[in-house]
Amino acid sequence: MSTDTPLRTADTAPTAPVTRTRRTLGWDAAIIAVTLAFLVVASLGVEHFGTARNFGFLVLDLAPILLLALPMTLIIITGDIDLSVASMVGLTSSAIGVMWDAGLPLETILVLAVVLGAILGAVNGFFVAVLGLPALAVTIGTLALYRGLSYVLLGDSAVATFPRSFTGWTIGSVGWMPNILPGLLLLVAVFAVVLHATPAGRAIYAIGANVTAAAYAGIRVMRTRFLLFVTSGAVAGLVGAFWTMRFSSARADNAFGLELTVVAAVLLGGVSIFGGKGSLPGVFAGVVLLMSLQNALRLERISTEALTVVTGSLLIISVLLPNVLARVRTALRRRRPPEPDQTPTAAPAAQRKESP
Amino acid sequence: MSEQDQAASTTKPPVLALRDAHKSFGAVQALRGAHLELYAGESHALVGENGAGKSTLIKVLAGVHQPDSGTIALDGEPVTFRSTADALAAGIAVIYQEPTLFPDLTVAENIFVGRQPQGRGRTIDRRAMNAAATELFTRLGVPLHPDRLARGLSIADQQLVEIAKALSVGARVLIMDEPTAALSGVEVDRLFAVVRGLREDGAAVLFISHRFSEVEALCQRVTVMRDGQHVSTDLMPDVTTDELVRRMVGRELSAMFAKEDVPAGEVVLEVEGLTREGVFADVTFQVRAGEIVALAGLVGSGRSEVVQSIFGVDRRDAGTVRVAGRVLPPNRPRAAMAAGLALVPEDRRQQGLILDLSIQRNITLPRARQLATLGLLTGHSERRSAAEWARRLHTRFARLADPVATLSGGNQQKVVLAKWLSTEPKVLIVDEPTRGIDVATKAEVHRLMSDLAARGVAILAVSSELPEVLGMADRVLVMREGRLAADLPRAEATEESIIRAGTGAAA
Amino acid sequence: MTTTTRPPSAAPERQDQWTQRLRGLFGARILGLVLALAILIAVTTLLNPRFLSGQSVRDILLAAAISVLLASGMTMVILTRGIDLSVGSVLGLSAFGTATFLSEYELAVPLAVLLGVVIGSLCGAINGALITVGGVPPLVATLGTLYLFRGIVYFWAGGSRISAGDMPRSFLDFGTARILGFPYLTLIAVVMAIAVGVYLARYRSGRDLYALGSSPEAARLAGIPATRRLMGAYIMAGTLSGLGGVLYAARYGTVDASAGNGLELDIVAAVVVGGVAIFGGSGTVFGAALGALLLTVINNALPSLGIDQFWQRAIVGALIIGAIALDRIVAVRTAAAARKATTHVH
Repeated sequence: MSTDTPLRTADTAPTAPVTRTRRTLGWDAAIIAVTLAFLVVASLGVEHFGTARNFGFLVLDLAPILLLALPMTLIIITGDIDLSVASMVGLTSSAIGVMWDAGLPLETILVLAVVLGAILGAVNGFFVAVLGLPALAVTIGTLALYRGLSYVLLGDSAVATFPRSFTGWTIGSVGWMPNILPGLLLLVAVFAVVLHATPAGRAIYAIGANVTAAAYAGIRVMRTRFLLFVTSGAVAGLVGAFWTMRFSSARADNAFGLELTVVAAVLLGGVSIFGGKGSLPGVFAGVVLLMSLQNALRLERISTEALTVVTGSLLIISVLLPNVLARVRTALRRRRPPEPDQTPTAAPAAQRKESP
Repeated sequence: MSEQDQAASTTKPPVLALRDAHKSFGAVQALRGAHLELYAGESHALVGENGAGKSTLIKVLAGVHQPDSGTIALDGEPVTFRSTADALAAGIAVIYQEPTLFPDLTVAENIFVGRQPQGRGRTIDRRAMNAAATELFTRLGVPLHPDRLARGLSIADQQLVEIAKALSVGARVLIMDEPTAALSGVEVDRLFAVVRGLREDGAAVLFISHRFSEVEALCQRVTVMRDGQHVSTDLMPDVTTDELVRRMVGRELSAMFAKEDVPAGEVVLEVEGLTREGVFADVTFQVRAGEIVALAGLVGSGRSEVVQSIFGVDRRDAGTVRVAGRVLPPNRPRAAMAAGLALVPEDRRQQGLILDLSIQRNITLPRARQLATLGLLTGHSERRSAAEWARRLHTRFARLADPVATLSGGNQQKVVLAKWLSTEPKVLIVDEPTRGIDVATKAEVHRLMSDLAARGVAILAVSSELPEVLGMADRVLVMREGRLAADLPRAEATEESIIRAGTGAAA
Repeated sequence: MTTTTRPPSAAPERQDQWTQRLRGLFGARILGLVLALAILIAVTTLLNPRFLSGQSVRDILLAAAISVLLASGMTMVILTRGIDLSVGSVLGLSAFGTATFLSEYELAVPLAVLLGVVIGSLCGAINGALITVGGVPPLVATLGTLYLFRGIVYFWAGGSRISAGDMPRSFLDFGTARILGFPYLTLIAVVMAIAVGVYLARYRSGRDLYALGSSPEAARLAGIPATRRLMGAYIMAGTLSGLGGVLYAARYGTVDASAGNGLELDIVAAVVVGGVAIFGGSGTVFGAALGALLLTVINNALPSLGIDQFWQRAIVGALIIGAIALDRIVAVRTAAAARKATTHVH
């Protein structure tokens, strides 16, 4: 590290005690470890968990959550939220059904589904980024709006006449490798690279941590936030296509209520709801943990609905535990004289961001 | 603790006394032996450099922080303030530097929050509350309506609401933390008149300010703090300003760094007819390469808004900005950066830095694109560049990966400067470049600006510190109420001429 | 004190202007809601006179009762910059609990009702404790308890369903009984909403909730007991959801584990449409209740208008976005006016 040497010369040695933040193990590292441990334990302890067949199901169950979690991670890191994702899945699914009934070729339809998703996302982006309305309220609005429109399109009927060649491929596999897995992993990789190793990724963290300073550094805040919502919509469109092909059924209530699971998975993966913090590997682990846990419990014949207890508890613990640990640490510290290696000031109280 | 020789004139015990207070935040000792005694009917000034512990001291008196050791005495009786409510109940009212009102509540509710007059069944008696508020405002001579929401009040009006709150609790101790920083001359006069009235009614006043003229005009006694410690307490007439400054700094003030003379080059920054409705109007000026131009004027005269509009983070309604002949589109900081403009903003913590991010990320943020290879950032180029610029600016830190929040104010400012100097600007705009940093760093920043000018950078500096303006600037532009009031060449710029132009005080 | 420096000559003019604007701002939303309701009812009745028949009106009032209850609690929480996403699950837990106490344990009706409400209070206390003591952001905490409480109901129910036949007659009668033509349930909801409204407007601790939402930092400096107030708000929201669950059981007679599923978004929608700022500090229970009523009326009017029921959600969504967009426009206008009023003062 030759470039670092000048920094350690005598004249730059700190006079005031420079405080070192003790590097605590980040939440994302912890969740990755827990996930790996769980996978090992479950494979050994839960009957059928480690089979190729179950792996295939796990991937199929996990895919929509994981896909939606990718743009959601980016959006939550910028301090926004998109609660309309599941409704966008439902609306694109309905649209696919309508277009298929109208006789369009399926290849065209699937492309249009992604385009439609992007348009729906752009509507969110317009209200949030351009008009500056709070993302939470806007996307609760479009959650209802898009789901409503999807009912308007299809009512409570279903379109289920999709060709076997598509639906079969979606759920099929080559050996133990599900057909969709390579594409899924590729998308994860793309999002991870964008977030962690590009100027756009730097901008996303900067916006979430301090939107004013980000604007002063020449980051195009409005554009970035807008594009993230468009991305979220496009991915939701893709999930809409996947969902329809997987269940071979276009229905208005497809993916109903999925948004909360996606948000839960992202937060479980260590992303701060206040923005500015989080990583994609952590979110990946969060999704895998949540879904494989559900999968394992289902294999143990615990009812699907009761699994919501697990989701809820994991979500609360993931935020509560670090807070409690921090408190315990402070309490212990107070008994002893102050150590030299502490952070000087308490972290600024987490504040809810108001859109400009 | 009996160095009461100077305070011997008073026989009664002090209304409020803080003795030998210590307070640490982690490794930082904010207070280490602070003393203060406030007497009824007396205004007491507390002076010290930024970081001397004044704010912590106030917060201890206000019950926001609890001291690690030391005592607080009220009328000679020891007390403990566990919360702000305790301090308030003891008759201690604090007016913070930034007013802390509830924007969604009415002005009257802001005054009486938590203590609203109650009628039958303990319900709030709004009529009585509004009447009481109106009475307070009449006493203060402010035409505010009690039912008006606090949202949108000017800073001065907000401060008056805070004072009305202090009056309403029958405060025996009024503490004001730099209340005049954002006020105009008229507003300061009005505030002082109110404070004098309170004092005559028997209140003890603690006044914190960086403006010695105000301290002299208002206070009978002055306490100097340095490094969290009590340095001295004197009757106002017994000490000179120079002596106070010497005690604040702890050593003789070396002469303010003066800019080297550099022949001015081409015009690089041209601003023409820049206007933003209701904020500033028709601002026209030029800055040449190698020149340092100061933008002076009172706080609130529109200086920061002008430079923010030039850089494009704030909108403008009319006018053009050219950098090296290139017209900048409005509201496009990125275009301004590409043209060679850089802005070191006024508010370091809010605008200049992302406190939670690392030093490295902060320094390289504006140049993430240039540092990327094929669009990718592996961290290596960022680390090298950040290390290089941190070194050039003699920044002190432990690791580049540490959050910038862990640095001292002066080093944080160096990070902001590094961030913008690394973009190698043709025009550097600095807004209050030395606010809240220690004397040594101040001198470094001045030397740096001079060096940059010598290398042909055009510098536009917004500053409220007249010695800095006079020492550094080739020309001084003075703003008053949103307009350029004067363009003074170095030879004509004096404290007097600047203040006269800035206040319009012809008489 | 003779310190008047600025003559209050400009005062009367500015006062008038401001009171007017204030009233205008407060009144605009209420007026808009009332107007929307009136037009909707008028048009629907014109096209389908049966819409204003006694039965139809009672249906609306019954359906609105539960929404109004939950919206009142939600208002308290949103005013403090919080949110309670768990209301639907709390309602489900309390409804199933009440029904079980009555059918399985054969408790006396008042006791079962009380226990149902207490379940709600406990859930609210858990939310409050997670948020204040645990430091978990409200959105995350209540998203978690949304799952948690719902999961508990599923465990408890284990797929079973309690039908009207299992519950005492007196309890079910209570669900349909009327006084002067008004259903009991509606009266309960109205009384609770008024109580919460008066509390928020007229009591110190109620105003503290506005203060906390308006500026948490200023609230801290003003010595407002944030922990106690927030706990109170979440417990109250839980209690009202618990009461809502009891009413749900009484009204529908049949309760399974999915009672109130997804209700949280409808309630948030009602509150937002009713003019409560999603980031706290401003809004009234009256507005929220009107919002809840409007959404219920829309729900019931669509079939009468011959519009596909499937449009209902879409319309609700459009209303939410319209409401917040309107708020923003009003806010921008007010800010601009305030700037004009204060510029060139110095």
